[in-house]
Amino acid sequence: MSAFLNADALVRHFAPTLTFGDRVAAKLGARVETRAVKAVDGVSLTVNKGETLGLVGESGCGKSTLGRMLAGIMSPTAGTVTLDGAPVRTGGAKATTRVQTVFQDPFSSLDPRMRIADIIAEGPLVHGLATRAERDRLVSENLTRAGLPPAFGVRFPHQFSGGQRQRVAIARALAMAPDVLICDEPVASLDMSIQAQIINLFLDLKEELGLTMVFISHDLSVVRHLSDRVAIMYLGRIVEEGATEDVFAAPKHPYTAGLLASVPRLDLSGTAQPLAPIAGEIPSPLAPPAGCHFHPRCPRAIPRCGTETPVLRPVGAGLAACHLAAEEQAPAN
Amino acid sequence: MSLLAVEGLETHFFTRAGVVKAVDGVSFTLERGEILGLVGESGSGKSVTGFSLIGLVDPPGRVVSGMVRLDGEDLTTLSEAALKDRRGRVIAMVFQDPMMTLNPVLTIGTQMRLALKAHQNLARRAADARAIALLEKVGIADPRARLKTYPHELSGGMRQRVAIAIALLHDPKILIADEPTTALDVSIQAQILSEMKRLAKAEGTALIFVSHDLATVSVLADRLAVMYAGKIVEEGPIKAVLSAPRHPYTAGLMRSLPSAAKPGARLPQIPGTAPSLADRPPGCAFAPRCAHADTLCQTEPPRTADGARAVRCHHPLAP
Repeated sequence: MSAFLNADALVRHFAPTLTFGDRVAAKLGARVETRAVKAVDGVSLTVNKGETLGLVGESGCGKSTLGRMLAGIMSPTAGTVTLDGAPVRTGGAKATTRVQTVFQDPFSSLDPRMRIADIIAEGPLVHGLATRAERDRLVSENLTRAGLPPAFGVRFPHQFSGGQRQRVAIARALAMAPDVLICDEPVASLDMSIQAQIINLFLDLKEELGLTMVFISHDLSVVRHLSDRVAIMYLGRIVEEGATEDVFAAPKHPYTAGLLASVPRLDLSGTAQPLAPIAGEIPSPLAPPAGCHFHPRCPRAIPRCGTETPVLRPVGAGLAACHLAAEEQAPAN
Repeated sequence: MSLLAVEGLETHFFTRAGVVKAVDGVSFTLERGEILGLVGESGSGKSVTGFSLIGLVDPPGRVVSGMVRLDGEDLTTLSEAALKDRRGRVIAMVFQDPMMTLNPVLTIGTQMRLALKAHQNLARRAADARAIALLEKVGIADPRARLKTYPHELSGGMRQRVAIAIALLHDPKILIADEPTTALDVSIQAQILSEMKRLAKAEGTALIFVSHDLATVSVLADRLAVMYAGKIVEEGPIKAVLSAPRHPYTAGLMRSLPSAAKPGARLPQIPGTAPSLADRPPGCAFAPRCAHADTLCQTEPPRTADGARAVRCHHPLAP
């Protein structure tokens, strides 16, 4: 396998737009926010062809911003994203149709005034991927693929439930015949019984179409189920990356371990694992702690963690950004 | 006698499109210090059940029948003034969005003093002391300083802690928590769940924890009630229900959990979607999605109780 989707040293800052007045006021000592949020702060990653990468983190960790940059719908402050060696964005605009996105909220991602068929066909027609004559076939084919009857094409989004709308959003993405699907929390707003249906749909699509996927979620059990590899983010940086089973079985970063112990998990015996919450709050991304961003909440932090930023480096079979990670590793022989 | 006994509660919404039976004959009991998990998907009536208990259902909704007996007193027969006296004092509520409780233009201290004044005549110093004690109890550091802050200065998790502190100001006998951790991050949710469990046990407060997520409820509830289309379809001690569910819906939910499956394997999903409450199928509402359904399921299923457990199904799964 080779790197298919590749992100190199991605950075995205969000700076407040300051008027001249704001600037003067700030100079005079007024409380004007001039700091930039480093939403994504130097992230490099690769996704191999046919692979599903899970991107996990809590709010404000930059996972959605990273997802948007990978999809080419947001420009990075620095760094590049390439697909098969070609940049996904050129000249300030998305340069490829091969990456498509499915968003979290199917209530706001579908135009309420368009019929389902128009929603699905719009992209391929605009981009010349399909002709008018192929329109009906394209619509019914993709609705079927997403598990909806083709007759639904004449309906409007409000006639559907949340799960069905998410299927429409998936059909719309598939109609572009993408190689890569970026899914940003696609099951987070769905009911329990519907979540399983959509997860199964993703499993089917992965197998049928050989799609490469980036699956962004805060829900560890969903990510574990769907991903081959996972990357854990905290305040703009990847803190751990590795094969899903390795990361879940033996997390190398204390944040990953804490996150795993914070999720209510249930197995068929009906026994819940007791929770072991991480102490403290997620710091403001406006002023992240120095050194390792996680050190104020880390049960194992040493003085070095507060001054020196750990780099993401090989630990065991995966990668971890922790000063202490290597010490636990058994010596190789 | 149980602390709370709900019997045949029915809350209907009289909409232009017809009568929506959001809560359709719900009965359950709650003991002192017990944590009941009320679980269901959107539209199952779980939240409306919570609102109905304390008379917070707004028109076009109305509690049309049933009893909510708290310490022997039927809350559904009380006047608005009498209900106002019970709310916050005997029975309190925490919402999904803490800003439903908090007023954005008042400091935390002012809001807590006002909440105390609603039921008690306390001097300012005594009120402050009580507020500080409660903030401390819900795990807020430096509570005295927090009294001077406004809600927007706090994080989502902190706001929810404050909302819980306000709900507990009068030592209520029952706390109804409607998805209190759904909007929070995983690590903060774990903190709040642990705190709520600890508080309920330490203070002897009975807790009704309304949630859409079985796994979340499983970490703190003693008893579980599963709702579907306005009815409780299964209830019992949580571990017993989850380890051997008797209603096909509960069993289906358990099987479809990704955490219970082999990674990458197809999940045994429940087909179809929950019915619209305005257009409920006759008999068992789950029948159109159920693998065990037959013609008998066109009729109302009986509620069969077996010790602490009960199930509403024509073909309950073998225990």
